[in-house]
Amino acid sequence: MVPRIARLRRKRRDGPQVWTLDLELEDRHASEAPRFAPGQFNMLTVFGVGEVPISVSGDPAAPDRLVHTIRSVGAVSSALTRLAPGAAIGFRGPFGTGWPMEETVARDVVIVAGGLGLAPLRPALYRLLADRLRYGRIVLLYGARSPEDILFRSELESWRRRLDIAIEVTVDHATSAWRGRVGVVPALVARADFDPLHAIALVCGPEVMMRFAVAALRDAGVADESIYLSMERNMKCAIAFCGHCQLGTVFVCREGPVFRHDRIRGLLALKEI
Amino acid sequence: MEGLERILREHPFFAGLGDASADLVCGCAKNVRFEAGQYLFREGEPADQFYLVRHGRVALELSAPGRGAITIQTLGEGDVVGLSWLIPPYRWTNDARAIDLVRAIAIDGACLRQKCEDDHDLGYEMMKRVVPILVERLQATRLQLLDVYGVRA
Ligand SMILES: Cc1cc2nc3c(=O)[nH]c(=O)nc-3n(C[C@H](O)[C@H](O)[C@H](O)COP(=O)(O)OP(=O)(O)OC[C@H]3O[C@@H](n4cnc5c(N)ncnc54)[C@H](O)[C@@H]3O)c2cc1C
Ligand code: FES
Repeated sequence: MVPRIARLRRKRRDGPQVWTLDLELEDRHASEAPRFAPGQFNMLTVFGVGEVPISVSGDPAAPDRLVHTIRSVGAVSSALTRLAPGAAIGFRGPFGTGWPMEETVARDVVIVAGGLGLAPLRPALYRLLADRLRYGRIVLLYGARSPEDILFRSELESWRRRLDIAIEVTVDHATSAWRGRVGVVPALVARADFDPLHAIALVCGPEVMMRFAVAALRDAGVADESIYLSMERNMKCAIAFCGHCQLGTVFVCREGPVFRHDRIRGLLALKEI
Repeated sequence: MEGLERILREHPFFAGLGDASADLVCGCAKNVRFEAGQYLFREGEPADQFYLVRHGRVALELSAPGRGAITIQTLGEGDVVGLSWLIPPYRWTNDARAIDLVRAIAIDGACLRQKCEDDHDLGYEMMKRVVPILVERLQATRLQLLDVYGVRA
């Protein structure tokens, strides 16, 4: 699958080493703007460096703005965040299953995000808030490393002013200048206000954090069938061909990255192969 | 006294406590308040009182040379501040600072410890309430130590 060419339109700093990039497809025709579902990802290439999977973090109602939030951790991700507006980027996608948005209708929705895991959940939040009346309570529990690492901070602050969504943010450590919560995000689940029997949970973050979050959700009474996780595995082809992303018998690039917990329960603790 | 006993029994830490035990605990309890910035206790001091928070938030802090005070956990309404009163050598291992105005019930740890010694049913009841919190905080500390949001080495 040959990448299409996208141009970097705009970039914003969203934390230490984290940048949000707005891309625009060069060969774009209005009819073929790649519609994406919340939770899907694209393969982005920096020519001469390499290709990496990055989740869409933008608004699904504005698909012609291809928004990605990237943390610079290695060769390709740091090359992406260093690009200047106007630069060309290879683009393939969207890939993967998204969050089960239809399943969320008429239920309480509990979103548990850790670190950069908020990025693939932001499109889901846009969708939920755009059509607020279709859902029950909406709860967002977000954990970051430190106050400086809180992603999309001004947006979180403005959502927090709304009366129809409950948002709790916690950080792992802070100095006394921080007046918010300090503690781990799974610990927020027990205190959150939702009906576990009618709730659906969307969880994304580092795997250890997800394991603890799932345990807390189950302790609160949420059924395995109502818990969805997004799994990150190294990827190369993104079309279920190379086997790089395999987790047991499943291809994360095709059957994932979003999985229902009861379907991957046994695989969650598996090491990468 | 009646008001205090009701407040005490409504606090999640004492949920479901029997009448006899509630009576005993109540004899060691009193209402307290702390202004924002005031310390409930300091690291190294004898752990002779612990607190059931009714209102406001408390930061548990550790001071590290050159780094100032690091907040390791914040606690709020419904939480217990201070567990070392039940565990030898009964000394605080961190500071506890009121972030905003805090209203709490202070329980005299030495008084309650003595009652636990005299009445092992009460002692077991306290252990059953304190140990899960200790385990939960240990798990949380482990997660924080793993620095899960950092870049993998
Ligand atoms: C489905 C999916 C969606 C993703 N969505 C996003 C996204 O929205 N934003 C984003 O920034 N990243 C996302 N990632 C992760 C991203 O693909 C990797 O960070 C990237 O592939 C790293 O490539 P690199 O060449 O920059 O670094 P590499 O040279 O591959 O790795 C450099 C170092 O970073 C560490 N590292 C690699 N990935 C991660 C990670 N995810 N977390 C912590 N440390 C890591 C490696 O262990 C290594 O030590 C996603 C991954 C998948 C599978
Ligand atoms: S990335 Fe190649 S099989 Fe999934």
